[in-house]
Amino acid sequence: MASRTFHIWRAEAGEEGGFQEYSTDITEGMVVLDAVHQIQAESAGDLAVRWNCKAGKCGSCSAEVNGNPRLMCMTRMSDLPEDQPVTIEPMRAFPLLRDLVTDVSWNFEVKKAIRKFKPRPPDAEDGTWRMDQRDVDRVQEFRKCIECFLCQDVCHVLRDSQKHDEFIGPRFFVHTAALEMHPLDTEDRLADLRKAQGVGYCNITKCCTKVCPEHITITDNAIIPLKERVVDRFYDPVRNLFRIISGR
Amino acid sequence: MPSVAGVLPERQGFGATRRRDRWWAVPVATLLGLTGFLVYSTWAAFQNAHFELGNYLSPMYSPVLWGDSHHAWFGPRPGFWPSFIPFSPALVILGAPAGFRLTCYYYRGAYYKAFVSNPASCTVGKPWKGYGGELRFPLILQNLHRYFLYLALGFLCILTWDAWKAMWFVDPATGQETFGIGVGTLVLTLNVVLLGGYTLGCHSLRHLVGGVLDSISGRPARRCAYECVSWFNLRHMNWAWCSLVWVAFSDLYVRLCSMGVWSDFRIL
Ligand code: SF4
Ligand code: SF4
Ligand code: FES
Ligand code: FES
Repeated sequence: MASRTFHIWRAEAGEEGGFQEYSTDITEGMVVLDAVHQIQAESAGDLAVRWNCKAGKCGSCSAEVNGNPRLMCMTRMSDLPEDQPVTIEPMRAFPLLRDLVTDVSWNFEVKKAIRKFKPRPPDAEDGTWRMDQRDVDRVQEFRKCIECFLCQDVCHVLRDSQKHDEFIGPRFFVHTAALEMHPLDTEDRLADLRKAQGVGYCNITKCCTKVCPEHITITDNAIIPLKERVVDRFYDPVRNLFRIISGR
Repeated sequence: MPSVAGVLPERQGFGATRRRDRWWAVPVATLLGLTGFLVYSTWAAFQNAHFELGNYLSPMYSPVLWGDSHHAWFGPRPGFWPSFIPFSPALVILGAPAGFRLTCYYYRGAYYKAFVSNPASCTVGKPWKGYGGELRFPLILQNLHRYFLYLALGFLCILTWDAWKAMWFVDPATGQETFGIGVGTLVLTLNVVLLGGYTLGCHSLRHLVGGVLDSISGRPARRCAYECVSWFNLRHMNWAWCSLVWVAFSDLYVRLCSMGVWSDFRIL
């Protein structure tokens, strides 16, 4: 058993916060969230931290550990350098509620504004559809998202440039890709993607892909294919000419 | 679009981060690698000399559209070439491969970090207050990447032909062409393989061959093409770097052999 030092962010909403130092004993197999709970029990009963499943599946315990956006419940203490204190702070892309807890409700509002799934008329009389597994495989990856919003947190367009009014962020490009590339879907989201949702703000720097705990290849498989579809519709002069001539 | 309800944390200053790793290593390596290539290729393109040796032709000069070389397609320097710009066959064509790499999705992400710190690295503060993404001129032109892809596919065919020609040596005594393999042949062939891996993994190509469709299960040829391009695309960054370095090395190899500094070794 070894004692480790932690620097944990403490602040009330709207208040200028700062790091406070805590120490606790770490045993084998502990994750950062265990350490935070132990500190809460031993010396900081009022420390706010959000969590739920402790299994990397609910997406609640997102924070920045040693400067990296991580799920606290999936970050092993043994993977962090032992000779330095562990810093834990809230996500920077969202308003702070208290200590490690941020207000992520903006994400839910963004999601509401995205055009919903609109399937083609049923293929069979009983109101069901037929799809080839190989066609749905492509969008399956996107459905692994646990809405931890770590990708939103790391994306410089939200984190640094704070374009929340004009850019939906990687999480919702993944969501849109899941709908837009679905073999049954008939809705058209390309104009929204270009204008209101700001896909052109993404400069493909791939930080989102790096932090995703579900290993979704956000940039290569969701964002770039969406960008290419937007190019087809709005930026490709030959295609546009063809569209005008053929009237399609 | 909904606005954020509440106060966002203050922006981080340039270079500010709580990361402990060497986050600057990749952007610095990218900066050095790309700058090195840029300097060498610019220098080489202006030389207009030592870009061929017998059946070997430097990929930086291929195709020779105009020039004094026996590889030239349309004869010597054209009349329309402005007199104040030194003529070189490489300058006529380099815009195409340069534009292809410049607008490549991988390179874009890499040089936005390395050259303009936008962002400097993940979770590292950037120096810029405003941000326009790729929505305005000139960066909106990045959307034309597919046109450079079409050109690059043409170049790939030409370079494949060059590699084939690099297997046929003229016997100085008889004047006859015989099949052979020299180190130069291997260098130029590997160049085509690496450029092929890079070009065939292009995101725009992936879109074109199958990504554009929501359902490709009923189209075996397109599905196969999509799967192949996706396979190359998985390691697009690695192909990008290997092919970049090897293009420069291929030019250097032909150049040094042609200058007599190195001599080409005939294996077969
Ligand atoms: S790739 Fe695009 S969405 Fe992902 S972090 Fe970078 S800018 Fe943001
Ligand atoms: S895409 Fe990945 S990082 Fe983003 S919210 Fe979903 S699971 Fe989290
Ligand atoms: S507590 Fe559910 S993901 Fe960490
Ligand atoms: S995306 Fe890299 S070459 Fe097209």
